[in-house]
Amino acid sequence: MSAAGIAAQFAELALAVLLAPLLTGWVNQCRAWLQNKSAPGILQPYRVLAKLFQKEVILAHNASPLFRSAPYLIFGSLALSAAIVPTLGTDLPLNEAADAIALVGLLALARLFIALAAMDVGTAFGTLGARREMMVGFLAEPALLMVFFTASLISHSTSLSTIVEAIAHRELVIYPSMAFAGVAFVMVSLAENARIPIDNPATHLELTMIHEAMVLEYSGRHLALIEWAASLKLFVHMCIGLALFFPFGIAGGGDWLGLVLALPALAAKLAVGGAALALIEMLSAKMRIFRAPEFLGTAFLLAVLAMLVHVMLEG
Amino acid sequence: MLQHFGPQVINLLAAVLLLLAFAMLSQRRILSLINLFAAQGFVLFLSTALVAALTDQKHLYVSAAVTLVLKVTLLPWILHRLIRRLNVKWDVETLINIPTTMLVGILLVILAFNLAAPISQLAGTVTRSTLGIALASMLLSFMMMITRSKAVPQVIGFLSMENGLFFAATAAVYGMPMVVELGVALDVLVAALILGIFIFEIRERFDTLDTRHLEKLKEH
Repeated sequence: MSAAGIAAQFAELALAVLLAPLLTGWVNQCRAWLQNKSAPGILQPYRVLAKLFQKEVILAHNASPLFRSAPYLIFGSLALSAAIVPTLGTDLPLNEAADAIALVGLLALARLFIALAAMDVGTAFGTLGARREMMVGFLAEPALLMVFFTASLISHSTSLSTIVEAIAHRELVIYPSMAFAGVAFVMVSLAENARIPIDNPATHLELTMIHEAMVLEYSGRHLALIEWAASLKLFVHMCIGLALFFPFGIAGGGDWLGLVLALPALAAKLAVGGAALALIEMLSAKMRIFRAPEFLGTAFLLAVLAMLVHVMLEG
Repeated sequence: MLQHFGPQVINLLAAVLLLLAFAMLSQRRILSLINLFAAQGFVLFLSTALVAALTDQKHLYVSAAVTLVLKVTLLPWILHRLIRRLNVKWDVETLINIPTTMLVGILLVILAFNLAAPISQLAGTVTRSTLGIALASMLLSFMMMITRSKAVPQVIGFLSMENGLFFAATAAVYGMPMVVELGVALDVLVAALILGIFIFEIRERFDTLDTRHLEKLKEH
């Protein structure tokens, strides 16, 4: 662990927390452009957060302490998962503590709390959203794990830093298995972040929504934290994707210049990734909820195929 | 450069071929199925041309060109025309539901990889490991023929099975003799034409393209 590593760790965490709403704003803007609408400003998510933080919190009479503490727990676990993913440098102190499997666990923890909080007040929509979220989650998680295992097979480690170093800092080799894993990962991320084929982030049409149905009871700073956590989740997923599939430009251990150079590289990659996400959302239509198992089953299948292809072609 | 990255790109194309085979297996729409078949043909063309450039075998360029003409343009065009003439745009009906088909597909892939592993040990080419993928995509296309009830997807399954076979011949063992390749290409074209006539005949008799009706030819 070096001074550069500790600096990278703090820079990454601050960057993720501060820039996550910007990424959401960028995706929304791209989507509006593609739909020929006049786009809201790229800073709009910040304005929404500022507005919500100033508003009064209104709680249901039967809300338990869990309901009140859930936003902080969700935000905390997502911020921690953002700190684990190497975005600027690979020499992160936290990497000793948590690997890719722990990362999946942290994401699952956030999902568990949001589902519990949604059921806490006992409204019909909250329960409905929670049940749908858990269905999507239990299908998406194994696929996400399989994607990580494919990367682990290539780099012989489940530590994200080692994976990034193995893929980025070796001579360029084309891994066909990573192509499969990449497609699977995109499908899983779309489902996990409540994006279009599975859920529509812009909808308030009650019967089709998943994420929005769960947070209907929240207001004020709680809602702000949950919205912020949702942006953070998108940011984390995009960073995982960049770390696994396009890890070029991430600095190695003790490399101060690399750390400085990693910042514009990350910004450029995120901008392209956000635009690609908006494009995917534009090109696909929302599925019926009963088609979601098929969609995520396909993602799982592709991730398993990635492992098989690795054994066959690269073993 | 080419010698270093060539085999890797062929491996990548093999993976894309497998991906397309799975996409065809899960595809419900007939027009998308034809487009996927054309895409598979294009991947085959790329890999054949690449093998030709890698091994410097002139006749492989010819078979790449035949692939491009036949499988990327001519056969999809014939199929599109067939669809227009038959005036069918239905969603393809599957006999087993699609998630189950995909799971069986994974088992087939494992089977194919296991079968091919000892054979590819014997081969001397750099890209010998693609044999398993070629075998897997053949088996997947075969399964598509089995699980679809309508005639047109069955024909596409047959044609894409031949794609897998061709890929096995070019990528895994660097090509067959020219005469065999041309013969196979001609056979496929003739088969597509005959199957086209066959489809018209089925519709003439039964007013539908569902091949399950063929079982009723038995005496009652």
